[in-house]
Amino acid sequence: MISNFGNLLLFISIFLSLSIIYLSNKNLKLNGNQITKNIFQLSLIQSTLVIICFFTLIAAFIVSDFSLITVYQNSHSMKPIFYKITGTWGNHEGSLMLWVIILTIFSFLFLIYNKNHPKKFRLLTLIIQNILIIGFLFFIILNSNPFSPLSPIPKEGLGLNPILQDPALAIHPPLLYIGFVGSSIYFSAAIASLISNYSEKNFASSIKNWILISWSFQTLGILVGSIWAYYELGWGGFWFWDPVENASLLPWFAMTALFHSIIVFEKRNLFYFWVIILCLMTFILSVTGTFLVRSGILNSVHTFASDPTRGIYILSFLSLMIFGSVFLLFKKYKTENYNLNQNSKETFVLVNNWFMMFYLVTVLLGTIYPIFTDALSQNKISVGPPFYNAIIFPVVVIFLIFMAIGPNTSWIKNKFDNIKLYFLILLGAILINLMIILFFKNFSILSNFIIISALFLILSSLKDFVISKKKNNLDLARIIAHASFGFLVLFIGLNHIFSVEKDYNMKIGEIKKFDNYSIEFKNLELKDFTNYQAVVGEFEILKEKDRNILKPEIRIYSNPKTLTYEASIKTSFIKDYYLTMSNIDRSDYYNIKFQEKPLMIWIWLSVIMIVCGGLLRFFKNAKNS
Amino acid sequence: MQKIVKTIIFLIFLFILSVFFIGLNRDTNYNTANQINKEIPDFKVSYLDKENFFTKNDLRKNNFTLINFWASWCAPCRIEHPILIRLSEEKNMKIVGVNFKDKKEQAKKFLGELGNPYDVSTKDMYGKQSVLFGIYGIPESILIDKELIVIKKFVGPLSVNDLNYIKEIIK
Repeated sequence: MISNFGNLLLFISIFLSLSIIYLSNKNLKLNGNQITKNIFQLSLIQSTLVIICFFTLIAAFIVSDFSLITVYQNSHSMKPIFYKITGTWGNHEGSLMLWVIILTIFSFLFLIYNKNHPKKFRLLTLIIQNILIIGFLFFIILNSNPFSPLSPIPKEGLGLNPILQDPALAIHPPLLYIGFVGSSIYFSAAIASLISNYSEKNFASSIKNWILISWSFQTLGILVGSIWAYYELGWGGFWFWDPVENASLLPWFAMTALFHSIIVFEKRNLFYFWVIILCLMTFILSVTGTFLVRSGILNSVHTFASDPTRGIYILSFLSLMIFGSVFLLFKKYKTENYNLNQNSKETFVLVNNWFMMFYLVTVLLGTIYPIFTDALSQNKISVGPPFYNAIIFPVVVIFLIFMAIGPNTSWIKNKFDNIKLYFLILLGAILINLMIILFFKNFSILSNFIIISALFLILSSLKDFVISKKKNNLDLARIIAHASFGFLVLFIGLNHIFSVEKDYNMKIGEIKKFDNYSIEFKNLELKDFTNYQAVVGEFEILKEKDRNILKPEIRIYSNPKTLTYEASIKTSFIKDYYLTMSNIDRSDYYNIKFQEKPLMIWIWLSVIMIVCGGLLRFFKNAKNS
Repeated sequence: MQKIVKTIIFLIFLFILSVFFIGLNRDTNYNTANQINKEIPDFKVSYLDKENFFTKNDLRKNNFTLINFWASWCAPCRIEHPILIRLSEEKNMKIVGVNFKDKKEQAKKFLGELGNPYDVSTKDMYGKQSVLFGIYGIPESILIDKELIVIKKFVGPLSVNDLNYIKEIIK
């Protein structure tokens, strides 16, 4: 029953998309700048239907309707209701429904929020967006249908992977999807702008808020994923350079470049084609990421069950998007005047874009290089963290310096009249860095450079805040975002240098001592929970007079039968204590891994502040328009 | 000039997409299902302690061999270690440990602390040989018979069920 209902809704949605395209096309030929009411209504009905369709799927998960293959494979009747619901998008089929929801909602919102732009541009955006929607709906119906029926109906489901049963992971996919599926709307708008020759500054105002909102959510999504990896994967790291993480980072670089260059476009009417290229690139990279993750061409911790036919479908869709947009771009491309003064804000924004492109190319190469060597020479290689760390981190130093100076330059022609002040700031940064080294007695050239440049950015932003407040032209959004990025790099640097890690085999009652720490294994308990049993250890960590109790767990999940190891983390403002425990068979000993990770919470907070910067700019823009 | 640039850009995209297409249709070693019932690939790893090499032919004298990929830095490897210790008591099967992208001292410390279940300890410092087996993450284990045919591949830490399964097979 649910299967038929769901499929019916999917088919109606395709029909609605076709109708919207047909009506928009008809409306294009009419005079006047009015869009007929029908189109608005249909677009609204379409979004509503897709949402109902998604809720139908959620309902099937809640009532554990195992007549659907997706529910059978990803749920279990004993699961807590929260994870039944989040299980809906914890799998390939369900998550594609999220894709379509965001595609349709953004399509509708773009239509109603851009009333003062030319009709042709708006209708063409709608048409392109609906072509994308049809593409994804067909993908769902043809080979990723969450409403595929199963007969005979099994009595029980296979259950959701325990490591996905986590609050952070419940919100991670929706956040990330608003980010990279949201970028579809400026892909469509860019194509529409090319076709309708709408290349004025106003085009920038139609898309800049969409860029900001998708960028903010993308950043949040990446953050939540990292936090999850930090406490769930059990080794204390938060970034792995895993292909899937990279896939979320690639569009992020393009978006970041985009919302910087769009400032230039809006102010100076320059870089139009570059903005268009970035718009196209962002969504193309999002779909490329989806292809890499869902087709099984790359394996990673995130692998979804892979199916080659899925790969073929996304690849065909991707090829169509790439060749279509490249063809259109070439047809419309006119050489632009990039004859800029080298010392001007325009140039500094371009510098930001070069850095973003550099990072993007590095991460893209690292991610797809193994596919190339495998396909062309059968030589299987894997590209790991050392590659990324070696290439990305040294460049960050220069990037941060530019990031500090760039925003204060003036348009068209800049004059540096405050070089002395910058030298003072640099001196301040070096002094603080020296104090850090003296205090902690640690030294490495690269990390010193990174810390100095991060401090330089932070202090410069502080200076900007004070000066611009006096002059009454405060750009709080930018200052917050840039300073927080400085803090982020600073905290990651400090965290990296001053982490402590120790491994021991211990049994109850034992005490291990090192430096000025002591770890005591106090107790062990067995506890029962609804969907798992847990062996909970109790450890006391003593450092000078600071006493902390940590309780790592070994969990035994029943459906599917899996053992997971839950780290116990004690967070404070200065540091995290991080303890994992695993059993050693046929002995009273447990293997424990203790880590002290300084300033963890500040890393997360810095990213949240960066997002706040983005959202602040968004609300300011929204208010002004 | 512009035409040439356009053609080059077009060709680059065509190239990337074709490689993706080839990659999709390639029988990737990463897909473990394809390896079952096939002979293991040629490989050459050095011993953990000596500089000699250990190759495929060295496996022919065993009735069954379990090739286990591990590292001291890998937390789940600790989890499966007790299972390996139990399996090491089986007479009909030898266990070959391939130490993956690890430091020798730490690997030895790991075995010193938790016990050494391996009949042969080898190392693959750069992970290149392991890739031949389609090893992506560790731990992974491959069970092969005398003819070097893959019976089963275990991705992730070996569980008690895996232990019983292996015992049943090599009986």
